[in-house]
Amino acid sequence: MAITYEPIATTTLTTSASSVTFSSIGSGYTDLVLVINAAASTLANTGLRFNSDSGSNYSSTILAGNGSAAGSFRYSNATYGQINYYGYLETTRIVNQVVHIMNYSNSTTYKSYLGRANNSSNGTDATVGIWRNTNAITSVSFVLNTGTISSGSTFSLYGIAAA
Amino acid sequence: MATYKKISTVTVGSGGASTIEFTSIPQTYTDLVIRISGRTDESGQGRSYFRWRFNSSASGYSYRWTYGYDGNVVNSVLDGPISTGLVALMNGASSTSNTFGNTEFYIPNYTGSQNKSLSVDGVTENNTSSIYMLSLSSSIWADTSAITSITLYAVNVGSANKFVEHTTATLYGIKNS
Repeated sequence: MAITYEPIATTTLTTSASSVTFSSIGSGYTDLVLVINAAASTLANTGLRFNSDSGSNYSSTILAGNGSAAGSFRYSNATYGQINYYGYLETTRIVNQVVHIMNYSNSTTYKSYLGRANNSSNGTDATVGIWRNTNAITSVSFVLNTGTISSGSTFSLYGIAAA
Repeated sequence: MATYKKISTVTVGSGGASTIEFTSIPQTYTDLVIRISGRTDESGQGRSYFRWRFNSSASGYSYRWTYGYDGNVVNSVLDGPISTGLVALMNGASSTSNTFGNTEFYIPNYTGSQNKSLSVDGVTENNTSSIYMLSLSSSIWADTSAITSITLYAVNVGSANKFVEHTTATLYGIKNS
């Protein structure tokens, strides 16, 4: 049977960190999936940077609900691709987020991603985002808008091959 | 090594079934995924729901649910702690014949010692101007036990409702190494 969903790397933080980066990602897959189980030193929004690009090249739209209200939220020309709105990290509870990065290794199109952020105390988010760059993605960094990622947080990167 | 692996599939047979159960779940994966294509026999309902319990536990479930349906504005509600997991979506008896809804559970770190957080996403379609829906929820089971069994209940625990024939539920395990 063809192998179509393969672990690339997993990181479990043993000390707090400002970011987590998966580098030297090969081009042998069709899509990437990043699974995040994390807490933070303070309430923190989460995002991705590709190939260490911290320019204002990311945009995202988030459908979000917190249990009493729902809406759509937009971030344009941001320095990272935001994943969450209500599904932010917090200090005492592990929050899970899953991000799918499609066609990451092509060198023709801007790169888009789909995300889900789940914080059962705060809300539910579904996100679509784009990185306005045609380069193949060779590294993915998980970043916060404030604070640090807590020790014990886990990050798993998978590759999906079309066949 | 392939790490997205089917653990078990349940296909509901003739006459339907009030529950779908996965037992003796291996503790060797990192995350679990359940994908369901289903429909209930709930009378008078185009959109129907099902509930779940982990390890047969009747406590500790909470959720925040965001949804949109029939072209209406999206809404969001919450509940908990309650005695069953909510909210999971599928078609009911009043929807177009042979139309089944789809729901996916993603359960990370199901063997860990933390409370179990999960996402449950579902859709129903009806090929009409109503009874279609998109459902996204964040749920938690406030229990530190490893998940060893999962039971899905048509509509509610103890109800007379059933999952109809041809409803399928597949449990997958994902391993990160």
